[in-house]
Amino acid sequence: MSPTDPSDRPEPSDRPVPDTLLTARGIEKSFGTNHVLRGVDLEVRRGEVIALIGPSGSGKTTVLRSLNGLETPDAGLVQVAGGPVVDFGAQAAATTGAWAGRRAGARRAKADRAALRDRSAMVFQHHNLFPHRTVLENVIEGPTQVKRIPRATAVNRAEELLARVGLEDKRDAYPHELSGGQQQRVGIVRALALEPDLLLFDEPTSALDPELVGEVLTVMKELADEGWTMVVVTHELQFARQVADEVLFLDGGVVVERGAPAQIFSQPAEERTRRFLDRILHPLD
Amino acid sequence: MDWQLVADSFWPLLRGGLVGTIPLALASFAIGLVLALVVALLRLSPNPVLSWVGRAYVSLIRGTPLLVQLFIIFYGLPQLGVRFDPWPAAIIAFSMNVGGYAAEVIRAAILSVPKGQWEAGWTVGMSPVRTLSRIILPQAARVSVPPLSNTFISLVKDTSLATVILVTEMFRKAQEIAAFSNEFMVIYTEAALIYWMFCTVLATGQNAIEKRLDRYVAH
Repeated sequence: MSPTDPSDRPEPSDRPVPDTLLTARGIEKSFGTNHVLRGVDLEVRRGEVIALIGPSGSGKTTVLRSLNGLETPDAGLVQVAGGPVVDFGAQAAATTGAWAGRRAGARRAKADRAALRDRSAMVFQHHNLFPHRTVLENVIEGPTQVKRIPRATAVNRAEELLARVGLEDKRDAYPHELSGGQQQRVGIVRALALEPDLLLFDEPTSALDPELVGEVLTVMKELADEGWTMVVVTHELQFARQVADEVLFLDGGVVVERGAPAQIFSQPAEERTRRFLDRILHPLD
Repeated sequence: MDWQLVADSFWPLLRGGLVGTIPLALASFAIGLVLALVVALLRLSPNPVLSWVGRAYVSLIRGTPLLVQLFIIFYGLPQLGVRFDPWPAAIIAFSMNVGGYAAEVIRAAILSVPKGQWEAGWTVGMSPVRTLSRIILPQAARVSVPPLSNTFISLVKDTSLATVILVTEMFRKAQEIAAFSNEFMVIYTEAALIYWMFCTVLATGQNAIEKRLDRYVAH
C-alpha cells in the first residue's frame, strides 16, 4: 500500500519544484454575500500531512472541497501532482457571457475538475458510502468504472486494502450493517483504491461516537507513516499535533497562522489562534 | 342470474385483458418511464429553458383529460395528415400521459438521494451521467416503487379508455358481449372483477420489488 508511483504518468515539462505535490494560491469563495474564503494559499510537498484547523465557519472545509472541485472558488489557482494549473478565476469569467462562450467555459470547467479529481481522493465526514452496494463493490467502483482496471485485479487489491484496515470479513456486508468506525474505514479504503496522489479528509471523525474515533485515527496515522500525502480538516488536535507536518489555523476565511504543530500548539503567535486552542482544550474554563 | 353467460363470457373477457389491456399497459408504461426520466432530468436541469420545457410538459399532461389526449391523437392529428392506427395511437397517448405523471415521481426520488452521494460519485472519478445511472438512480428507484406502482395500476384501469379509439382490449370486449346479450350488469361487473384481479396481482408484485430493493436499507 504505497502512493502511486509518480513515474507512472508522463511528467509535464513545466513541472515546478519536484516534490511539491499541491499548490493552491489565492483561493476566494463567496456564497451570496458571505465571503467565506478571502485568499487562501496552500503548499503541500509529497509525503506531507497538513492539518487544517479552525472554528466552524472558518472556511477550512471549503478550502478542502476546492482542492478537488467539489466547490468552485471564485478565484485562485490549484495544481495537483504536476497536473494542469486550474485557474478558477478564469473559469468563472469564461462561464458568463454569450451562449457559445458559456459552452466553452463549461467544457473547460469539466476538464479542470477532472484534472483535480484524477489525482486526489476524498474521505467525507459522513462517509458517503454507496448504500446499495456492498463494501467490496464500494471499493472497486472507481477502479473498475473509471480507471478501467480488470475486475479481478480490482477485487484483489480491494481485499488487500480491506485486510489492511481489519475489515476483510466485511467485504460482502452492506454499509448499514457496519459501525460508524467501520464505515469510515471503508470510506478510507475506497479513497485508497483510487491510488491518488493526494488524500483529502473532511472531518473524518466528527460524526463518530467518541469510542470509534480512535480506530479511524489509527488508520490515518498509519497512512501518514507510509508516506501518503494528506490534507486533513479536523477537530482532533491531538492527531494534528502528533501526525501533521504543518498545521494551518483558519479563521474568517484566511490562514491566520501556519507552522509546525509544536509551535502552533505550544506558542501560537496570534491571539486568535490562542483563543481557539483555549476554547477547544479547556472548554469549561 | 345467468351463470352460463358468466361462464361463457369469462374467457373472452380475460383474453381481452391478456392480449389487450396488459400488453397495452406494459408497453405504455415502459415507454412512459423512459419519457418520464427525460422529463424529470429536463426539470432538474440548471438550464432555465430546458427546465421550463420539462415543467410545461408536465403541466400540459396533468392539466388535460386523458380522454381528450386520446381524441387529439387519434381523431385530431389525422386532420394534420398524421394518421395512427388504434394501437399505436393508444400507446402514444398512454406513454405521454405516464411520462407526465411519472416524471414528477422520478424527479422527487432523484432529489431525495443525499447530495453526498453525488459528491462521492464525482470524487471517485465518475462523470455526472455515470454517477446518475450507477449511484443515484438505483437509490431513487427504491423510493419511487410505491408511487410508480400507483401510476401503473392507474394506467391498467385507464387503458379501458382506449375502447373509444377502437382498440380491442378487455372493456371493448365487455361492451360487445353486453350489447349482444343485453346483460349489462353481469358483464360489466365481471369486467370490473377482472380489472380488480389484475390490480391485486400488481400490488403483490409491488411488495416483492420493494422487498428486494430494501435489502440494503437499515431497518
